[in-house]
Amino acid sequence: MSTATTVAPEPRAATPLNYLNVEYGWRSWLFTKDHKRIALLYLISITFYFFIGGAFAVLMRIHLIDPQGALVQPETYNKLFTMHGIIMIFFFLIPSIPSVLGNFLVPLMIGARDLAFPRLNLLSWYIYMLGGAFTMYSVIHGGVDTGWTFYTPYSSTYANSQVIPAALGIFITGFSSILTGLNFIVTIHKMRAPGMTWFRMPLFLWSMYATSIIFVLGTPVLAIALFLLFLERVFQVGIFTPALGGDPLLFQHLFWFYSHPAVYIMILPAMGVISEIVPCFSRKRIFGYKVIGFSSVAIAVLSFLVWGHHMFVTGQSIYTGLVFSALSFMVAIPSAIKVFNWTATLYKGSISYDAPMLYALGFIGLFTMGGLTGLFLASLSTDVQLNGTYFIVAHFHYIMVGGAVMGYLGGMHYWWPKISGRLYPEIWARLAAAIIFVGFNLTFFPQFMLGYLGMPRRYAFYPAEFQFLNVMSSAGASILGVGYLIPLIYFAWSMRYGPIAGPNPWGATGLEWQTPSPPPKDNFEQPPAVADEAYDYAHQEVGLV
Amino acid sequence: MSEAHSGRIHIAHQFESSDQQHEAGTLGIWIFLATEVMFFGGLFTGYALDRWLYYPAFAAASRILDIRLGAINTAVLLTSSFTMALSVRAAQTAKRGALALLLILTMLLGAVFLGIKGFEYYQKFVEHVVPSLDFAPQGEVLARLAPGGLGHAQLFFCFYFFMTGLHALHMIVGLGLLFVLLLRALGSEFNAGYYAPVEVTGLYWHFVDIIWIFLFPLLYLIGGRF
Amino acid sequence: MPNAMFQNIPFHPDQASSIARSVDQLHFVITGITLFFTFLIFSTICYFMIKYRRRSRDERPANIEGSLPLEIAWTLIPTMICAGLFIWASSQYFANAKAPDGAIEVFVTGRQWMWKVQHPEGQSEINELHVPLGRPVKLTITSEDVIHDFFIPAFRVKKDAVPGRYTSLWFTATETGRFHLFCAQYCGAFHAGMEGWVIVMEPNEYERWLNSGASGETLEAAGQRLFQERGCANCHVEAGGGRGPSLRGVFGHPVRLANGLTAAVDESYLREAILTPNSHPVAGYPPIMPAFQGQLDEEQILDLIAYIRSLRNEGEAQP
Repeated sequence: MSTATTVAPEPRAATPLNYLNVEYGWRSWLFTKDHKRIALLYLISITFYFFIGGAFAVLMRIHLIDPQGALVQPETYNKLFTMHGIIMIFFFLIPSIPSVLGNFLVPLMIGARDLAFPRLNLLSWYIYMLGGAFTMYSVIHGGVDTGWTFYTPYSSTYANSQVIPAALGIFITGFSSILTGLNFIVTIHKMRAPGMTWFRMPLFLWSMYATSIIFVLGTPVLAIALFLLFLERVFQVGIFTPALGGDPLLFQHLFWFYSHPAVYIMILPAMGVISEIVPCFSRKRIFGYKVIGFSSVAIAVLSFLVWGHHMFVTGQSIYTGLVFSALSFMVAIPSAIKVFNWTATLYKGSISYDAPMLYALGFIGLFTMGGLTGLFLASLSTDVQLNGTYFIVAHFHYIMVGGAVMGYLGGMHYWWPKISGRLYPEIWARLAAAIIFVGFNLTFFPQFMLGYLGMPRRYAFYPAEFQFLNVMSSAGASILGVGYLIPLIYFAWSMRYGPIAGPNPWGATGLEWQTPSPPPKDNFEQPPAVADEAYDYAHQEVGLV
Repeated sequence: MSEAHSGRIHIAHQFESSDQQHEAGTLGIWIFLATEVMFFGGLFTGYALDRWLYYPAFAAASRILDIRLGAINTAVLLTSSFTMALSVRAAQTAKRGALALLLILTMLLGAVFLGIKGFEYYQKFVEHVVPSLDFAPQGEVLARLAPGGLGHAQLFFCFYFFMTGLHALHMIVGLGLLFVLLLRALGSEFNAGYYAPVEVTGLYWHFVDIIWIFLFPLLYLIGGRF
Repeated sequence: MPNAMFQNIPFHPDQASSIARSVDQLHFVITGITLFFTFLIFSTICYFMIKYRRRSRDERPANIEGSLPLEIAWTLIPTMICAGLFIWASSQYFANAKAPDGAIEVFVTGRQWMWKVQHPEGQSEINELHVPLGRPVKLTITSEDVIHDFFIPAFRVKKDAVPGRYTSLWFTATETGRFHLFCAQYCGAFHAGMEGWVIVMEPNEYERWLNSGASGETLEAAGQRLFQERGCANCHVEAGGGRGPSLRGVFGHPVRLANGLTAAVDESYLREAILTPNSHPVAGYPPIMPAFQGQLDEEQILDLIAYIRSLRNEGEAQP
């Protein structure tokens, strides 16, 4: 199938009508119910937040070049890391793959015209923007300094910063996640094309399904925790404040009950992206399809049972610690299985080094390191030393940045020709992938060592002996920053000047590649039917590209 | 949205059939209710923890609540669930008049519930046991609360107001939904092939009812009253 | 300045406590596992990338569905490694969870942004903790405001200081010298400044340090004074028969509560019993004791606890 067979409904159109050119004007965007346009609205918003959050990170790394703090007052530094965390987690990482790639691809991949509830989908973007507005209000009016974890009683009683708008912003944004998750679950259950059985679905959809479960069941618990924090701060009642009879650790339980699964909200979608890219650029069916699919669901379920490992040093009973330690080890296993299966997919494949594949392989390596360093933190006795230090910072950045962001960028490169209809300059894309990989490791590897040496996180100034490693980390961050700017530039460039991509530039399987690029408004001219397993590269026609 | 008309059944453009649309709507509301369970679940967990930690204070504070009003409200809400279930049936059988009447009845019962709840809130103001705004119980109330510790009694009332307030908020949303249904029912929109909105709203209403079935014993019936 | 940056770069924290070496052994084993698997995955990927690189556009390699034996192998191997680490780490943690008998008891109170340390002998210090070499030291930790965290990297110990409750940690220092002490839980503007030094001394020097300086009264004596001043002694008559129970010999033993349960009398229990006595009244006594919530500061509560601990029955060892 190619664009040539498309019958343009309106003869006067020079190019075939697609979702981008079917309507013009701001109304057609702001009131759209098309999942593809909503995905683009999300893309623009999260890119904005990514660079805001990134700017905070750059300021932090500059500040930490000097042990005394090179740039700002400690109060300001505290606001920098807080805003960096809040924006990157709640406004970039959590919505990134689900709301952009998921929104765009879930209906296309299952062969549907749209998500089950298009109006809810648009509503979720507006809710996200409203939450973002509250958070930006708190940034502009002096910022918030509680850390993204909002631990009580500091956040409820002692902090003198804009806690209320920031907490409200996150509370509101949570409902956008819930609506997205609800939409995906219903869509995947009820709207699959004829022949698209559960075990023919691309693994990206399995990961979206698992992520949606966490969205739906985890987010409300965070919502209630932040809601109580909000009430507590406004009315000075004491659910979490010990002086008023409350329990500060209750907040941590409620917070991590969501926020640990939230880590998997960020990484599961990236795992789904990798499961698409690796088979495509190896031209081979993925190794162990069912194992990867079920491991996503296993991760989603187990992720709800491990929150206590954030609280090993709070004085919780040793038996509680034992249970959470065991469960935390268990959640490592499905992740390990995925890594082995991806690697095995390469075996006897036909591997090309296109940019998406470079990101995917980078993901596998960095995620392996991030995951394995989790073993230090699941082990009770070594966690005591590392909890609350830079080791934690390094560990979760290997998962979040080395994992989730690499996955997101890999996915953006892979599906960009589908989204925009254009190709980006391949050589620049490979260069950017390499720069990001190097810059990332230089930034975060030294932080593992800092943490083991005992440097606590969230320190605005630090003992002089830690300077060398901090300077290394800052140097790496400058490389990383450049690496992130390059894709922004060539993606923007390609929208206008990039070569026309055609419906399937990679020769990939999957329904999304069987429709023109960019897809028409209703996705498919004919309702598709599915007769093959996913990733059936061996039986794909030669010369289809 | 380009909505195809197939007889008198609306099918949104993304769906292939009315069955698919109906199933999607029903699954959607069940998932939404799962979210709601987790939302209230966080509050219930906090309450259970503190009740266990500060049992004497919570029991004493619970005895301040008016159990008769709570019981009446439970009956009112259960009855409204019954009329709601009947209205789903009426929508399915396209009995326009009965549907409108049953919806109005459900809304009335919901309003009665909120009225009684409002009166209970008023009582709490009179007794000066509203956390933060006016927590200075006197006389007999003070004597009953003091042995358990006033701080922890205040904590109980925090939970009381959060939980019942959140529940009341859900009731108000439910009343709004019922009102929209009523308007649509008067326009004869529902029939055997299309009654999903009534069914979905009904599920929501029953859920709000069930939350109260948990709130009532948790808040009113502790403390060895019986 | 640039030169200073490259001096004294540590690549390994001091091992200055009895548990440091064994914790490090586990740490190095996990490091080994991490490096091994990272290297395995990286090198396998690189090997496959080169060996199976695409040589022509028309290549269509055969599908490989998967392999059950392989899946089982790479499920079982990580499971066994994880189980091994779990058992090792947990037994280590368990063995070190409880302070040995006869440990020196020191009280630590965190507040924004300093650590207050009180020795039972009456010495108190700020942002410094003097301890003797080779003797177990148990810290009882609390906070006056927000959550802090008492962290001594060289000893591999760390514990949150949570307002409204007591936590504890213990260590035996095995090297003399000065070691960093950090707050490891974010606590506000000068979180980074809430640091200090642990000073490990030879036992005889430590004795000299304890006896030097005008330290005034011991915690026990201060507690006894408070016990009289605040009228506690009027009801809690030591010989028994008062309106409240006698407190002699209660510490470290279970007590029956009015609700039929029993509670172990430890620091946390005494703290609750002083601040909100009627939340868990003792069986056989009317709930008439006034609550001291807001009447005593953290140090006074610690004084009282030290005093009540000291009220032992004849012939009973210190709990």
